[in-house]
Amino acid sequence: MTPLAASAPLAKLALLATSGVANASDWAVYGVGTALAVAGALGVVSLRNPVHCALSLVTTLFGVALLFIDEGADFLAAVQVIVYAGAIVILFLFVIMLLGVDRKEAVTQGKLRSLVPLGIAVGIGIVVELLVLSRSSHWATGQKATSGALSGPGENVQKLGQTIFTRYLLPFEVTSALLVVAVVAAVVLVRRSSGPGPAQRQAAARQGLPQPAPSAQASAVPSAPAAAPAEVLAGAPAAEGERP
Amino acid sequence: MTVPGPWYLVLAACLFGIGGAGVLVRRNILVMYMCIELMLNGVNLTFVTFSRMLDDLGGQASVFFVLVVAAAEVVVGLGIIVAIYRRRTGATADDVSSLKG
Repeated sequence: MTPLAASAPLAKLALLATSGVANASDWAVYGVGTALAVAGALGVVSLRNPVHCALSLVTTLFGVALLFIDEGADFLAAVQVIVYAGAIVILFLFVIMLLGVDRKEAVTQGKLRSLVPLGIAVGIGIVVELLVLSRSSHWATGQKATSGALSGPGENVQKLGQTIFTRYLLPFEVTSALLVVAVVAAVVLVRRSSGPGPAQRQAAARQGLPQPAPSAQASAVPSAPAAAPAEVLAGAPAAEGERP
Repeated sequence: MTVPGPWYLVLAACLFGIGGAGVLVRRNILVMYMCIELMLNGVNLTFVTFSRMLDDLGGQASVFFVLVVAAAEVVVGLGIIVAIYRRRTGATADDVSSLKG
């Protein structure tokens, strides 16, 4: 595989740069994770088929999960693989297949094509700015262990769980409300309106059938225009009363 | 002794920058969403690295909440994208400018 082959000299180089500071195995894990993450990220940005972009995103997510393990965040690495790679990317692929956009396309199109170098320049500017600002402030400042120490005895999962369910209990509960809102929003956004759409209404007008009233559209009863006479014959008083 | 923290911060900045450039360059709405996920991953890596450098569990708890918010964001965003594609096929981000004043 290309990322693995590319990571070996990278890890060796990193080993030479600071030999004796860190373990060779840690540097190897860092090199492999970095190569996977960067290669996947470049693939997401540059590949032309959205399905390939989604698969590159999986590569990046696995690389970042590897780095999480290297940093001792075991629980987050597992959640990263399960939630991100297992659920979110599958959701992306579902939507790509549902919409039928799984074909090659230009990386960028339209009148903004001349602005692509500007976009890349802004991206490089973001990186340079972040690095300069971090370097000038000695990378990490602030108090240590204000919300629970990471080191010490105990498993990572246990300590993280205790922190979330004590100190961060209110945000955790608000999260559940957020998820409910997201589910309801997804249902409302994607649900087809139960009444006939514009195309069906035009077809009904062409056939000389009566137009359903707006209140009939809003009702939950799926009322296709062809089914209207049957409803009248069956003696559905509510449906009949709503028609003009 | 593990790999020093600044190395992770450099990688996280690179992920964030690549994602930001992708959001600016790509016009397919779905791919733009994937680039936003890339930026979120860069931020998550920064959180975990600061958590290790400062010996603080708050960073990892923050990543937990970022994951939940990212999941909710993707659900709502993909719902909006499906609704847009249902009205017009082959829509890019430039086509959805109906609200422009």
